[in-house]
Amino acid sequence: MLGVLFLILVAVWLVKNYLALDNKADFFNIFLIGLTQGSTYALVALGYTLVYGILQLINFAHGDVFALSGLFASTWIVSIFHLDEQSSWFVIIAGLFATFLIAMAFGALLNTSIERVAYRRLRSAPRLAVLITAVGMSFIVQNIALAVYGVNYRSVPPLVPTSDVFEFRGVHYGWDAFFVVLVTAPVLVLLTWMVKSTRQGKAMRATSQDPEAAAIMGIDVNRTISFTFALAGGLAGIGAVLFLLEFNMRYDTGFQLGLIAFTAAVLGGIGNLTGAVLGALIIGWIQAFNEGFAGGWYAPGPDWTRSIVFGLLIAILVFRPEGLLGERTPEGA
Amino acid sequence: MGIRQEISSTLRLDRLGKSWNGLPDRARSAIPVVVLLALAFTYPWYVGSLPLNVPIINTFPSVHSMVTILVFVMMAVGLNIVVGYAGLLDLGYVAFYAIGAYTAGWFASGHFEQVNVHLGSIGFGDRSAVPGIHISMWVVFLIAAIITAVAGVLIGLPTLRLRGDYLAIVTLGFGEIIPQAVRNGDNIAGHDITHGTFGISPIDSPGFGEKLHEVLGLPVTYQSSLNADRLFFWTILILLGVTVFCSWRLRDSRLGRAWIAIREDETAAGAMGVPLMRTKTWSYAMGAFFGGIAGAYIATFNSGAFPSQFDFNISIFLLCMVILGGMGSLWGVVVAGFILAWLNVEGLANIGAWLNNNVFTIVGVEIEVPKYSFGIYGLLIVLMMLFRPTGLIPERRRKLEIEEGSGQDPIDHALAEAARKDG
Repeated sequence: MLGVLFLILVAVWLVKNYLALDNKADFFNIFLIGLTQGSTYALVALGYTLVYGILQLINFAHGDVFALSGLFASTWIVSIFHLDEQSSWFVIIAGLFATFLIAMAFGALLNTSIERVAYRRLRSAPRLAVLITAVGMSFIVQNIALAVYGVNYRSVPPLVPTSDVFEFRGVHYGWDAFFVVLVTAPVLVLLTWMVKSTRQGKAMRATSQDPEAAAIMGIDVNRTISFTFALAGGLAGIGAVLFLLEFNMRYDTGFQLGLIAFTAAVLGGIGNLTGAVLGALIIGWIQAFNEGFAGGWYAPGPDWTRSIVFGLLIAILVFRPEGLLGERTPEGA
Repeated sequence: MGIRQEISSTLRLDRLGKSWNGLPDRARSAIPVVVLLALAFTYPWYVGSLPLNVPIINTFPSVHSMVTILVFVMMAVGLNIVVGYAGLLDLGYVAFYAIGAYTAGWFASGHFEQVNVHLGSIGFGDRSAVPGIHISMWVVFLIAAIITAVAGVLIGLPTLRLRGDYLAIVTLGFGEIIPQAVRNGDNIAGHDITHGTFGISPIDSPGFGEKLHEVLGLPVTYQSSLNADRLFFWTILILLGVTVFCSWRLRDSRLGRAWIAIREDETAAGAMGVPLMRTKTWSYAMGAFFGGIAGAYIATFNSGAFPSQFDFNISIFLLCMVILGGMGSLWGVVVAGFILAWLNVEGLANIGAWLNNNVFTIVGVEIEVPKYSFGIYGLLIVLMMLFRPTGLIPERRRKLEIEEGSGQDPIDHALAEAARKDG
């Protein structure tokens, strides 16, 4: 009931602002920006959801793993591969592919190390203790990034061309935006297949349902958890490279982005993979439309994006803690 | 001769020990507190004669730094009510701090220049020439406390139904929204509420007014006094004392015992008839109450409320104090709060300088230690959680909880018991 009312309000808001637009094509441009943005969030949101699904832990450090992997990738692109827009397309493709692999490996390694060093020792501790530890780990990773990369923003040359994939009545879709979807979509398909159909995926699902029973059935629970953290870290690595190609990054980028991605995971229903992607896309669109309509009818603009996202987070947790696609749990939340 | 003196002195010590043990319990627990209070109150007089160039810490904190330190200790004690007593993880305590500071900005500054309201304001001369809302600072502290307590209830009511980690996230969300709202609040439907990134400044100063000044020699306003820092120091010391006293009495009250019952086992507490929602909301309100006073106090001390003061980091910093001291342990939190706040204000810079001059030079590096303050606090949090989850000065009851694992799954508990008996 409340949800329907909310959807109606959103629809009214969209229509009203659409009518106020001078250039109607902008609406679809904004939509595409949201799609790009949301795809990046999806990769990070999946990391939260995977870890939450298996340990019921909000891995606060995840956003910082994302940032540190991105900074690490920037070093490879700029200082080791020496990629820039003048490099031949072959070199760029090979270099980017290598960077993706390196960032994935780095993110996976970092995330599993965090689990190994901190969370594993707290398996039987109260949940709050683990959560507090995660907050502490977040600050540690952030400060490692600060120590290694300093306070300045890092960026890479525009490696993916901004020329149009297609242009239709003023609606532009650039290659750089398309590239994000081009990378994200196969990764998501692969991930779904992995969790649904492989032996390791089955072990993950079993562990998340009941770790003790899984252990009795011969599943190495610790190894499965490590694998989940590696998977989450790898996704964060891919997301970080994609983010880096579009935006600047520095040591504290991950914290904000992590919170937004976490909101996406909660919105979709934490623990639910499809939900995380859906939530991320919705958040991407909220952000894009709020910023695209800035100054319009009840569109406060970029200054307020974070407040809107967190306001939404609070509203979901209060009214529908199981999220859009999640199941109700006996915890009540 | 020498030996005899030594013997007699040990004898005297012995006698002293005996008479100490002979004292009634109340006196024995009161004397250290009284001595500590006396030392604290006289601090501004002897700080000047304390040695400089002490190894590692370099100097003792100045009276000016002391004020900031004590404000943080006060907030830590407030947060301890929520996190330590009631066991609710609050990652957005900074929101209350911000609300308190801005309440001071609204009710005791020239920010709303359209109006001219004076209520017990002091030190202005011709009041009609000074626009804005100027209410006596003493009243403003109370207003700030009440407004933040109400804000605590408003935040708490919809969210306290949630358990554990979800609650933490909601509070984190509020802790992010409030500072952003404050930063962007210079144009809310055309009204300048918070003056954006510039903040509200100047903010009035507490004081006693002309009449009391003439009769008793009390300062007209703190800010205009030559000993402003001292006055602010003594006042915050009193406020902190009141906070600690309230916190201590609350803990042993019916409400406090209900908080602890909820912390130990929410389901059992509910079954025993503890009204869960109301009790939890009270803990939020009480925690926020003290946070609000602290916020208003720091605003008047700095004579301004600025959005950059209210980062998420502050929430974590305060949480770190509570964890380091031991969740629920009042004295632990006071001590840990003091240490960490001192580190933040002066200590890290001093220790960093000392390390750079004496230790790192050997290896030939120079590290800007204060830059990594939050990495250090993060490390502290993780290490405490891994190796001493009860904190530096554990509360007896909390220690039992953690060691015996009550409040957890009863099966786990039984297994732990069985394992202990076997071992």
